[in-house]
Amino acid sequence: MINLLLFPIIIPFLFAILLLFFKENVRMQRVLTLIGVVLSLVASFYLLITVKTDGVQAITLGSWPAPFGISMVSDMLSALLVTTTLLLTLFVVIYSFTSIGQERERFFYYPAILFMVTGVNGAFTTGDIFNMFVFFEVLLIASYLLIVLGGEKKQLRESIKYILVNVVSSALFVITVAFLYSVVGTLNMADISVKITEIGQPGIITLIAVLLLIVFGIKGSIFPLHFWLPGSYAAPPIPVLALFGALLTKVGVYAIMRTYTLFFTHNIGFTHEILMALSILTILIGCIGALAYFDLKQIIIYNIVIAVGVILFGAAQMNEAGISGAIFYLIHDMLIKGALFLLIGIIIYVTGTSNLRKMGGLMKTHAPLGWFFLIAAFGLAGIPPLSGFVGKLLIAQGAFQAGNVWGSIIMLASSLIVLLSVMRIFIYAFWGEPVELPKTNRKSYVRMMFPAIAMVVLSIFYGVGTEWLIPYMTDATDVLLDPSIYIDAVLKE
Amino acid sequence: MKTNDVILQTTTKVVFFIIFLFSIHIFFAGHYTPGGGFVGGLLTTGAIVLLLLAFDLKTVQKALPFNFTIMTGIGLLLSLGTASGAIFFDVPFFTHAFDDFTLPLFGVTSLHTAMIFDAGVFLVVVGSAITIIQSIGGDS
Repeated sequence: MINLLLFPIIIPFLFAILLLFFKENVRMQRVLTLIGVVLSLVASFYLLITVKTDGVQAITLGSWPAPFGISMVSDMLSALLVTTTLLLTLFVVIYSFTSIGQERERFFYYPAILFMVTGVNGAFTTGDIFNMFVFFEVLLIASYLLIVLGGEKKQLRESIKYILVNVVSSALFVITVAFLYSVVGTLNMADISVKITEIGQPGIITLIAVLLLIVFGIKGSIFPLHFWLPGSYAAPPIPVLALFGALLTKVGVYAIMRTYTLFFTHNIGFTHEILMALSILTILIGCIGALAYFDLKQIIIYNIVIAVGVILFGAAQMNEAGISGAIFYLIHDMLIKGALFLLIGIIIYVTGTSNLRKMGGLMKTHAPLGWFFLIAAFGLAGIPPLSGFVGKLLIAQGAFQAGNVWGSIIMLASSLIVLLSVMRIFIYAFWGEPVELPKTNRKSYVRMMFPAIAMVVLSIFYGVGTEWLIPYMTDATDVLLDPSIYIDAVLKE
Repeated sequence: MKTNDVILQTTTKVVFFIIFLFSIHIFFAGHYTPGGGFVGGLLTTGAIVLLLLAFDLKTVQKALPFNFTIMTGIGLLLSLGTASGAIFFDVPFFTHAFDDFTLPLFGVTSLHTAMIFDAGVFLVVVGSAITIIQSIGGDS
């Protein structure tokens, strides 16, 4: 089973292809999508266990020797991210059954999701920098379809912006990879790491580091490259927004974490200092946005920006606590953002508006929605023992160890802003005088609640079960802090 | 004004087959020399686009009654299937098999599973390109 690490990529791809044959048969589409995601999830759990027991898994496609062929590498970090991606996709797909509508389902909605998951999992797993670009394109092209699907006026406007931004950043990505190749003469990520160590990171490599930060920064929406995100993400319907918000920016964040721990580790004083300054600014700008809006979607979307800042702040510390905190927080954020987007989707469905000022008194009619939203909100802010706490604690610990006192104070203070921004949603939507609600189907409300509740419960377990997760996180951190483990796994022969 | 495109239509009827045969030649040439499924597919697409220019969308759909979306799907399945074959032999994904066979008429021929993969690519290119052209052209 040396191909095991490819299964979470191949299975969604296979099922996406099969779905192309059943364009009109919505029931068949749903069943096949569900089977595909569940099968990939099983494979990814199996992969997780294998990586835990046998260490980093690596394979070079086409039986070519390692630095020449395309390597795929699954270390603990990518196995964890792949598993989280598939878990999230499962719940979003179930949520879509009720909420997305037949029109979209008939026009390749599910194939697009599965192709996107193929791309996301591929980007998490690949060990070749050019192949990473290819998987970025796979997920981006699927996301272009998802953002424009439905053809509402707002979607068309925002998709032009989204496509433009991403085409520019993809072009820059290829240019940067070419630049890197011209310096080190290899595309295999493990080999690049070895070569950079040999030449001791001269100035040109630092320049490439900054260019890569710009490329991934556009995808991952760090300050000042986040300008496209709030508009574009607000356009598509909620399940798509949940997938985008929870997965796509995280691919950019993962790519930054990977390249900044594997390649550019010899001039930390410059590269990681920039990363840290930008992440602090990202947190600040996100906080301003999260408080500025009265629109449910915008508030949570700006919380994505804050989370990206927090994760990268942790990753920039380059010490054990900082990195493992970043990994903890990364996975926490994928789960909790998924949960929150699904919950606000239900709030928007029930009230028929996303404007906070027009809501009120939902607690009287939809109490479970309120309580689960509250739990998710506390989780997002990081109130112990919920899931955001451990990550932030470790990141702060790492930052204090590295002597970045002010940064960690800002990071911790941002938790209060996060809490305030989501509590405002709770207060406006659930307290106060009940407003007249549009007629909605109680049955679809209940059906949409199930996946949302499952996500919240999952994030609770993630917080409470931290103790059991620590061995996995330690493995993931070890590989990031000690690139030789990664390199040995790829170039072993 | 009705345009007189007799010359274009008559030439197209011949030229279409020349381009199509050339695309098959390029497809097989990809075995050892430049060529392959992608360029071959593009050439075939070019031939079909020429048909579309000379005649109209409906005529071409009647002449080539394929569902090009399904064609893309079949192509993807072929390619993925060939690449995944490696899984059953427990060798890395995408590992191909090849050997020389003595065939009647052809003599000693080298057969390679990469050709099946390329056939998939051919179908995907034709299928997706024509789907795009048909849906854009069908808008007006």
